[in-house]
Amino acid sequence: MAGLALENYAIDERANMVRRFGRGEARFRFLALAAALLVVAIFLGVVAALIDGAWPAIKAFGLPFLWTEKWNPVTEKFGGLAAIYGTLVTSFVAMLIAVPMGIGIAVFLTELCPNALKRPISIAIELLAGIPSIIYGIWGLFVLAPFLQTSVQPWLIETFADVPFFSILFEGPPYGIGMFTASLILSIMVLPFISSVTRDVFETVPPMLKEAAYGLGCTTWEVVWNVVLPYTRSGVVGGAMLALGRALGETMAITFVIGNAHRISASLLAPGTTISASIANEFAEALGDLYVPALVELGLILFLITFLVLAAAQLMLRRLEKSGGKR
Amino acid sequence: MNPVLYARRRMTARIFLSLSTGAAIVGLIWLGLILFTLVSQGLGGLSPTLFTESTKPPGSAGGVLNAIVGSLIMSSMAVLVGTPIGIMAGTYLAEYGGQSRLASTIRFFNDILLSTPSILIGLFIYELIVLNMGHFSGLAGAAALTVIVIPVVVRTTDNMLLLVPHALREAGIALGAPISIITRSVTWRAARAGIVTGVLLAVARISGETAPLLFTAFGNQFWSTNVAAPMASLPQVIYNYANSAYEDWHQLAWASALLITFAVLSLSIIARLLEPKRN
Repeated sequence: MAGLALENYAIDERANMVRRFGRGEARFRFLALAAALLVVAIFLGVVAALIDGAWPAIKAFGLPFLWTEKWNPVTEKFGGLAAIYGTLVTSFVAMLIAVPMGIGIAVFLTELCPNALKRPISIAIELLAGIPSIIYGIWGLFVLAPFLQTSVQPWLIETFADVPFFSILFEGPPYGIGMFTASLILSIMVLPFISSVTRDVFETVPPMLKEAAYGLGCTTWEVVWNVVLPYTRSGVVGGAMLALGRALGETMAITFVIGNAHRISASLLAPGTTISASIANEFAEALGDLYVPALVELGLILFLITFLVLAAAQLMLRRLEKSGGKR
Repeated sequence: MNPVLYARRRMTARIFLSLSTGAAIVGLIWLGLILFTLVSQGLGGLSPTLFTESTKPPGSAGGVLNAIVGSLIMSSMAVLVGTPIGIMAGTYLAEYGGQSRLASTIRFFNDILLSTPSILIGLFIYELIVLNMGHFSGLAGAAALTVIVIPVVVRTTDNMLLLVPHALREAGIALGAPISIITRSVTWRAARAGIVTGVLLAVARISGETAPLLFTAFGNQFWSTNVAAPMASLPQVIYNYANSAYEDWHQLAWASALLITFAVLSLSIIARLLEPKRN
């Protein structure tokens, strides 16, 4: 009898335990799901806040906002073209510099670098990504811009004076600050993003493929060009897009060195502005019914551009992950 | 056998490999130049008053104590709120979501949020909190930083939990434990170093953020620990002072820049040392 009671007790106890487990499990799962959904809610919140804030400007200026250059706070006539142009051009020039350099660094790290130096060098390059953008800003303003003004820019102007097309790109007085300086700073900032993603995907190339090419008598460069790069193409492009997403939205470094002029100049040496620099510079002091909404509308446009670029980058990197990019 | 062709191929290889090496050297030179400038310009401004005085008008010896404290308050609030949310969300993705469509969607939005320009996060919090409160505040600044912390922690937690060997979970399941208990007492512990890495990276990321604070926390010249009022922060002091025309303010900006960079770089190096090796 006593044994049976004990058994009953144990069964009750166990049933209690299972119920408690079940309740705890449900609670934990709910909390985790809620936190995960919060991420989506924040994302949607950003979209909603930008649309809501920009609405007066969208209503007032309509679609022509996208191709109007005039930005006049006094008469409250706003057009975003100069800022959009500056954003796209500075990022494009930055990618022209940073993509080949980033791939070069990845080639160096995977094919040439002695093993002992691999880790320290890749950590050092990645530290460039850790330096806050405001630091790039003051360094650009006080060190890089004066240096470019006195040495590099006069040289560029002189060298390309008689070359068609380039003479327009490098024209006019060397201000130091301007689109070119901003692009150069951007290229330094995004370099580590490109080089680290590229190095990671380079390392996924099966050694067998490379050895087969070496066996046919390929040089190291031919192996990189004909085997490694084609194999990792979508990863490299994905990494570059990720870096482009960063470059498009970079704010503090640009604000210091771009010159903040709402106009479009053919010359890269001229001052300009970007979307993020305009917002950072003017938002806190913006008065009037349309000034703030116009700035928020610029923000909305930046959001759409970066969303498209980043989404493309995600899709490419994810496809790579699925299609056996893993070792 | 074609010696000319061979010579050309070898030449091409040599040129491009030298260019690659050159790219790595240029990258290292950039880092060296930036760090050298910071140390040479900032060291002169490192004085005790930097840490004991608040920001003062130009001409009188001031410090950045209010900005350091403001940064610490806002960053710790952001980490205290953002870390639990981020870890729970990352846990959902790794332990419950797996490869389901919902989890993939959440991952996608999280990755986008991770790279969204931080100035847009500032605009979001401005519309959400500053406009509703009617004024700038440290609270709004902390909220903006929280929004930056969450995706970083979600991403690393998710990745690190997926690295935990499945056999550990199966052992727990065989004992009859529900996933919540296995997560808390097995998986989290196994992934602890990785999760801590994520939090450190998040701290490093927000301690240098300036753009989202410009029109949320706004900055404050005076000593203040009231989070309902505008609050100073170190990056913003650098921004304002570097843009000013006063030599002694430039000096303070460089010294603050040295402080921030030193803090951020040590954090990211510690995080990297803690990070479990991928293979």
